[in-house]
Amino acid sequence: MYKLMLAMRYFLTRRISVLAIAAIALCVFIVVVVMSVMIGLVNDFKGKNHNYSGDCVIHSESMVGFAYYEDFVSDLERQDFISGVSPVIDGFGLLRRPGTEDNVGIQIRGVDPGRHSAATGFGDTLYYHKDKPEDAFVSSIDPNLPGGVLGISILYQSDSSGEYLRHYGSPVKDFEITCFPLNAMGGLAKGGADITNSKIFAYSDDTHSGLVKVDGGMIYLPFAETQTMFEMGGQVKRINSLHIKFTKGVSVDDGTAKVAAMWEKHVERNKDKAYANLFDNVSVEDWFRYRREIIAGMQKEQTMLMILFSMLGVITVFVIFVVFYMIIGHKTRDIGIMKSIGVSSWSVVSIFLMFAGMVGIVGSAIGAAAGCAVLYNMNEIEAWVFETFHWQPWNRAIYAIGEIPHDIEPVVIAVIVLCAIGASLFGAFVPAVQAGFKRPVEVLQVNQV
Amino acid sequence: MILKGVGLHKSYKMGQTKLDVLRGLDVSIKEGEFVAIIGASGSGKSTLLHLLGALDKADSGSIEFRGKPLSSFRSGELNGFRNKTVGFVFQFYHLLAELNILENTLLPAMAGSNSIGWASKRKTANERAITLLERMGLAERLKHKAYQLSGGERQRVAIARALINEPELLLADEPTGNLDSETGNGILEALEEFNRAGQTIVMVTHDDRIADRADRVIRLVDGKIEKS
Repeated sequence: MYKLMLAMRYFLTRRISVLAIAAIALCVFIVVVVMSVMIGLVNDFKGKNHNYSGDCVIHSESMVGFAYYEDFVSDLERQDFISGVSPVIDGFGLLRRPGTEDNVGIQIRGVDPGRHSAATGFGDTLYYHKDKPEDAFVSSIDPNLPGGVLGISILYQSDSSGEYLRHYGSPVKDFEITCFPLNAMGGLAKGGADITNSKIFAYSDDTHSGLVKVDGGMIYLPFAETQTMFEMGGQVKRINSLHIKFTKGVSVDDGTAKVAAMWEKHVERNKDKAYANLFDNVSVEDWFRYRREIIAGMQKEQTMLMILFSMLGVITVFVIFVVFYMIIGHKTRDIGIMKSIGVSSWSVVSIFLMFAGMVGIVGSAIGAAAGCAVLYNMNEIEAWVFETFHWQPWNRAIYAIGEIPHDIEPVVIAVIVLCAIGASLFGAFVPAVQAGFKRPVEVLQVNQV
Repeated sequence: MILKGVGLHKSYKMGQTKLDVLRGLDVSIKEGEFVAIIGASGSGKSTLLHLLGALDKADSGSIEFRGKPLSSFRSGELNGFRNKTVGFVFQFYHLLAELNILENTLLPAMAGSNSIGWASKRKTANERAITLLERMGLAERLKHKAYQLSGGERQRVAIARALINEPELLLADEPTGNLDSETGNGILEALEEFNRAGQTIVMVTHDDRIADRADRVIRLVDGKIEKS
């Protein structure tokens, strides 16, 4: 009772404790804002990659792809735990607008748009055919030509707010795609002077996935045309990957394990067929592993940030240590009095730790509240900074984000607050113990001189 | 015999030098006595008082309280001894600045109980604290802080604090040392009044006139009791 009373009195009357509160509040504020934005950006990025891939991907590391997929697709589509399967052709080629000689390197993905929308978030990324993705390749410009869906950044530029400038419609009406088909052995499928395949497509839609490499360098073409262009049709048809979506309620890990088991059996059944060697390059991966190289960069940034914040935490603990060293240095007389009336050493320690706890609680509450307020108004603050100072922290022309993520995650806030209170207690611990275990006569004699 | 010290030695290290403050001193205090310990500055009188009150430990020798050696007390027992058995009054009052005078007076009572114990004895302790402060003439100042009181008033609060747990022994280290003669006289009268009511008091002073008001005077010279 008296311990809490004394701790509260010290907390309310020692002006220097305001310094400690300010240090903790500032630290918590910075961590809350930066962590929340970073977590939001990482989650946003992961979400976009998940949408792009589906839940599980069976893919070949080789551009040659793999064969004997048709029966396996039928098997997958019969499973209750699977809601969508999309065979995909992946390759590279050149894009040229008719009447020009400019060839731009492009990544080509051949899909059935309806099936691909069922297996991934493809349909949601479309502009004109969002509600009817199966018609994604139906072009209003030239219905006689097969359509193509281009990454939005290939067609339009964005302004500082991230809005794409669609005012005058698509600058591309039709375009020629040229590719270099490979045979099942990995060599060029065509010889002589004519080693390429070319075809003209009409613009039918654009895709805005939020992924820079997709929006800036990928084109979706009809599955059949792409398979033919890459000479992966014929008697033994090949694809590069299968994208799979699981039924709601099925975890990615469980679903992927089941698909992997099914794939092993499929490989076993077909191991004696021609081109069965192509199975050697095939992996079954969940979306996270499939996109790990892309995601790794952001996760490394997050790890670096955690390390930096740990250093910030160390500095805060040191500030608390110094402040409490000073506070307790001025309280030696009180400690002597307390010990002379029979207060135990650990009780003296607990008084100062309670004091430190109050500093931690108030400081972290202020920091968390200020952080949440900034997060809640993050985009308005950025807009004001841009209007006033003509500076945008995340230039939308460079960063493929819409709004700055500002979700407030209570668990994250709670962890930060608890760590701040812990840091306050930790910082005050050594001075408190030193104070508590002083000999009473030592402090009283010093104060009587 | 309430308190007995035999063969007490105490020295302090001052850099490379060792300073012998008490050199084999024997002392005894009877119940109900008012004893004054007098001596020149550096004679060891405050050191002796601190040993008797278990604020410090002798280098050698023993101190017994009602026949039980203080050296046999465990840490918790020593805290209890300082809380319930002994009341200390210091020269510089040593009141806690953040507490009002009622809270300062109650502090030893609060320190001697856990939360549940305090809840049951709070009312009684409060009444005793108010009674003590009334006897000290401070009934109207209960909510005042120490800085709002004069030196004499602060010393009165310190005496009330020392007596809140009805200790068997009151130890006063130069209680009038920081006060003018009139105020100091008032403090001595208060101590005498408590002694008349049966309180055992050991008081350290350097002033013969103050020492003469005690029942017995112990004169320390060079760390030993001067034979009279």
